Amino acid sequence: MAIECLVLGAGQQVGKSCVVVSMNGKRIMFDCGMDMAYHDHRRHPDFSRISEYGDFDKALTCIVITHFHLDHIGALPYFTEVCGYRGPIYMTYPTKALAPSMLEDYRKVMVERRGEEEQFTSEHIVECMKKVIAVDVKQTVQVDKDLMIRAYYAGHVLGAAMFYTKVGDSAIVYTGDYNMTPDRHLGAAQIDRLQLDLLITESTYATTIRDSKYGREAEFLKAVHKCVLGGGKVLIPTFALGRAQELCILLEDYWERMNLKIPIYFSSGLTMQANMYYKMLISWTSQKVKETYSTRNAFDFKHVLNFDRSMISAPGPCVLFATPGWISGGFSLEVFKQWAPSEMNLITLPGYCAAGTIGHKLMSGKPSKIDLDKDTQLDVRCQIHQLSFSPHTDAKGIMDLVKFLSPKHVILVHGEKPKMATLKGRIYSELGIRCDDPANNETVCIPSTHHVEVGASNTFIRSSLNPNFNFSKMSSEDESDSRLKDGKFMPWLQVKDERAAEGILVEEKGKRAKIVHLDEFLLMLGEKKHDIRFAYCFPINTDNLEDTKSTDVSSSSNALSVSGRSSWLPMLYIKLSDELSGGNIQYFGEQIQVESFSVSLCLKDRCPYRIVDSPPNKCEAVFFCCAWSIADEKLAWKIISILENRNYGTL
Amino acid sequence: MQTCLSKGGGFHFPPCHVLNVCGFRILFDCPLDLSALTIFSPVPTGYRAVVDEKDSDCQPYSTLDSDCVTWKRQKIGKPLDANDLICAVPWYKIVKYLHLWNVSFIDVVLISSPMGMLGLPFLTRIKGFSAKIYATEVTARLGQLMMEDLVSMHMEFRQFYGPEGSTFPRWMEEEELDLRPSALREVVLGKDGAELGGWMPLYSAADVKHCLQKVQTLRYAEEVCYNGKLVIKAFSSGLEIGTCNWSINGPKRDIAFISSSIFVPAHAMSFDYHALQGKDIVLYSDLSSLDTMEGIEDGYSFLTTDSFSTLSWEESAQSLLNTSEHLEEREKLYYLCSCAADSLKASGSVLIPINRLGTFIQLLEQISASLESSSLKVPIYVISSVAEELLAYTNVIPEWLCKERQEKLFSGEPLFAHVELIKDNKLHVFPTVHSPKLLINWQEPCIVFCPHWCLRLGPVVHLLHRWSGDPNSLLVLESGHDAQLALLPFQPMEMKVLQCSFLSGIKLPKILPLLNVLQPKITLLPEDLRQKVRFTNVNPFSVFHYSENKTLIIPSLKDSSELEIATDLAFQFQWRNLKHENMNITRLKGELHVAHGKHWLHSGNKPSKSNSSKSRPLLHWGTPDLETLLSILSKMGINASVEQGVGVEGSKKACIVHVHDPKKALIEIGDTGTVISAVDENLASLIFEAMDSILDGI
Repeated sequence: MAIECLVLGAGQQVGKSCVVVSMNGKRIMFDCGMDMAYHDHRRHPDFSRISEYGDFDKALTCIVITHFHLDHIGALPYFTEVCGYRGPIYMTYPTKALAPSMLEDYRKVMVERRGEEEQFTSEHIVECMKKVIAVDVKQTVQVDKDLMIRAYYAGHVLGAAMFYTKVGDSAIVYTGDYNMTPDRHLGAAQIDRLQLDLLITESTYATTIRDSKYGREAEFLKAVHKCVLGGGKVLIPTFALGRAQELCILLEDYWERMNLKIPIYFSSGLTMQANMYYKMLISWTSQKVKETYSTRNAFDFKHVLNFDRSMISAPGPCVLFATPGWISGGFSLEVFKQWAPSEMNLITLPGYCAAGTIGHKLMSGKPSKIDLDKDTQLDVRCQIHQLSFSPHTDAKGIMDLVKFLSPKHVILVHGEKPKMATLKGRIYSELGIRCDDPANNETVCIPSTHHVEVGASNTFIRSSLNPNFNFSKMSSEDESDSRLKDGKFMPWLQVKDERAAEGILVEEKGKRAKIVHLDEFLLMLGEKKHDIRFAYCFPINTDNLEDTKSTDVSSSSNALSVSGRSSWLPMLYIKLSDELSGGNIQYFGEQIQVESFSVSLCLKDRCPYRIVDSPPNKCEAVFFCCAWSIADEKLAWKIISILENRNYGTL
Repeated sequence: MQTCLSKGGGFHFPPCHVLNVCGFRILFDCPLDLSALTIFSPVPTGYRAVVDEKDSDCQPYSTLDSDCVTWKRQKIGKPLDANDLICAVPWYKIVKYLHLWNVSFIDVVLISSPMGMLGLPFLTRIKGFSAKIYATEVTARLGQLMMEDLVSMHMEFRQFYGPEGSTFPRWMEEEELDLRPSALREVVLGKDGAELGGWMPLYSAADVKHCLQKVQTLRYAEEVCYNGKLVIKAFSSGLEIGTCNWSINGPKRDIAFISSSIFVPAHAMSFDYHALQGKDIVLYSDLSSLDTMEGIEDGYSFLTTDSFSTLSWEESAQSLLNTSEHLEEREKLYYLCSCAADSLKASGSVLIPINRLGTFIQLLEQISASLESSSLKVPIYVISSVAEELLAYTNVIPEWLCKERQEKLFSGEPLFAHVELIKDNKLHVFPTVHSPKLLINWQEPCIVFCPHWCLRLGPVVHLLHRWSGDPNSLLVLESGHDAQLALLPFQPMEMKVLQCSFLSGIKLPKILPLLNVLQPKITLLPEDLRQKVRFTNVNPFSVFHYSENKTLIIPSLKDSSELEIATDLAFQFQWRNLKHENMNITRLKGELHVAHGKHWLHSGNKPSKSNSSKSRPLLHWGTPDLETLLSILSKMGINASVEQGVGVEGSKKACIVHVHDPKKALIEIGDTGTVISAVDENLASLIFEAMDSILDGI
């Protein structure tokens, strides 16, 4: 079985995230975003690729949304209410709480701006959100018997999450957007070390290494401070939720520290009510902000006042948050018309503005005149500050995450094609992990993990967990440098814990397969063991042995120089130790043992295993009797050949 | 193995168990028996201090003359009066049998509720205690607040009596205890006299902090793995915000621990019993139905499975969720509110020393709403050292609340009404009775919520002294405790006292349907429920009854553990079919890992040496048949002749097969084994193959 990964959006581009993953019979859609650069069918993912006949309930097991940004959730109401998907949708509590307002803001802008035909209505948003099941971070959610999902904190915006998804033995992580460094109001992404077949990660900053967000936040604060000190007015166009609270918490903190008394206003579209969400969701913010809940909730803005239309032309400095965010109309446009002509004033712009909006025009270069409509032109003399602290991870963060999780496979989405290709190469060359960066509507197939489930007897488990120490003497040549002592090679004893699980897997008809220990197995069968062993009795020419003695005399200890029958076995031992590299050779006085192979002096006149014809009796031959079991067949014959001295001449 | 250390008593004193799972010792909950505090005299206030002084322990013992002793002796048989209470810095009573255990042998502590945490600092400060402690995030936080509050209320005693000596307090000495009335003595010593060792001087704020550092906090349904073997998860129990039941999955058995649970609570997330389905063992530890047993009519105090045996699974599940108990609780709160309104209308004040967070918050909402509707302008005070933080905290934990409260999050409203009440200046929160702000703000009549329900600690003592003589004022108490003893120091009581019981667990009639839904193989029930919940023989699960301080051996269900084999290893299998049995076998070798409550077998790092070629069986069994052997050998081109030998004892023949062609070899076939001896490797190997083919082997 394979994991099939169909990229419907954010393939080699930033915009409309949407990936459909099929694994072990389950099909999960991650994110359902919209591409705001398009106004035709291209703004939505091509849902027809999921199900030709539009039977999405059957085609998808569930939808998982990572966070409330429109490029991740924008197409959801359309998909559920217009396309008719009725299955479960999962997102975190903050995402569920904040998404409706984001979608509503977007819908309003779209409809108001050009009377554009609605893709979805307010009721659609409400109905869509009713299908959503909210989840907590780290909560293990059993979608059905086989499919499990779990959210991990991603830090990108309030409630952003990476999703771990497991079906059977296959597991993947889809990151959504994430941030690996903490900032003023959010913590850093956090995930467990998981066994993964696939990691699907964003790659917005695939090649950039960025400084921390603090620097850019400080720039913003400095720009605002400079403006109000000079008596200017600051207009911050935002939508009701998200950026407004994020920037406001920065300003509040700064106002406190600098002891500023200049008023901060929220326009009527940005009710204080909206802050209520943030107050209740404070446990999803950074550690520092979180700790303030009992004394004074950090989202209980102290310096913030409500703004009245009459105050637009009132004298004196102030900071104003006004909707909508892209200055596409409404109150922010009204204020913009009044304030833009003065160079004392400052207007901040978000990182993204939809094409065709005033915000978009301001972003492209620094125009001095802007056409409001075909009859009106506006002089823009105010300063413009573009907010650039989009909380995405940088290349180092992506590499860190990939390395930490060490998945079997990586797929990059949500990035620019050339940069993604560079990162892809790095992941493969530096981490040795296969990596893909599919384009939209492409499918990537990767193999999935499976395990075979069996029972295991207690004896088997116990014996496998018991340490199995293996003592081996390294032959001196291997580690010569440090073993030199008194001009002699000291044997080096090595102790290894070669814990190996060895057993027998039994498969009986109608029963579950089970692993048992060797000792249990025959008991289970009720059979008696029949031991097959090998034996071999052979003579060794004592002449040869004498030779051995003389060649080895320099390296053998004095005790061995005593001639006679008792010294032959020690001599064999020395010979074996020299010639048999590795192996655990043990000498027990009566016999030499190597694994199951044993050799001892044969004193019988007629040994049944003396198969070999006796050598011509030209000199006295000594007989040695060997025995071994099948496991050491090769080893045994090798030892015999050494002992029989067939290769002696080559020594 | 399971041992119940204490059956506890009521909501504030949950049961305590020790369970042995896969060789790990798990302690469930570590509560304090705070009801035992009633044997102490509260800190005297105002003129009463002078009265109490006469009999207080502050006087040196030696000044007690013999007359006084005999006077005291006479009191033993009489009903208790306020002077019988112990005038000393109170000690606190932990779970009965816990002090008999060596805590250093505990591996894991699972805390199900804030109440089950109050005794934990006593454990964590013991040298050698090294267990891993798990609790939900909210339980840990609420438990911490409760303990900090306890420590701060206790300070009042310390200030009054002076610092405690490190020695045994006088009231615990035997001769001193003999002088106490028997009812009091029983609280100190327990029925069997074994509980004296359970008394401890209270921990310090530093102990609490140290304890909290050792607690690993969890979200609901978060997986945590202990020692690779146990996968532990907490699931909501519905009793309070953050309280939980436990699911423990080990390689050999899966266990569900059910603490007091509420199916459809009005504030906390509901009892997630689906997550506990299909476990091998259910340890049923909700003893709340025992506390309320007396009030139950005969109608449903006896239950058998008969009525449920025909019930389908769905019907059982349905019957669990009926909302009657939910409505019943609402009725109680309405009644309470109307009683409070009556008192207020008569210019009396209302004192509510109820510490149960859920009840407190709901009552706050109800009362303020009913005040609103009856246009009574009366201030509500909450007095506690942790009240401000507690109220703020409840509003930032939407993930832990019931569906209805979560809907408030999604519509952007505060989770609980108290947020608005504080903003509108209808609710005032003060840390103590003598905070300057309170003194400025104070108005009577009023409604006061404050700790502590035992009526010995905290602001409630001061307010009771103040209002006990006012027949128009109202005291709301939770029933289930000895109100007579609790009110003893405040006699004569003119105040109205309303005792109210609140739902604190699974009701008796729901136990069987619940077990029916959970479908465990083994259920552990308290002995006390044996008569109340009867099972018929057709039960799909077996039932064991546990009682206090008796160890129960739970039979093993499986003789084998679960093991997962990696695919690459499984592909290397070389199956052999056994001749006589209907059985396939294969040898396997790999590395065994224990992770995530499962055994895993991987192929290991080293490539196994002989896997490329066909590996040969290493173990044989059966009896070789000579004729077959010879014919197989001859097929291989080996000529052999048989020499029948006779065994030493003559019992069984060992035969020897001689091989001459192509080379010399000898096969010695005995009863238990065969020895092959051949001139060279090839021949030996061929003979082995022949032997292998006539024997079963692996």
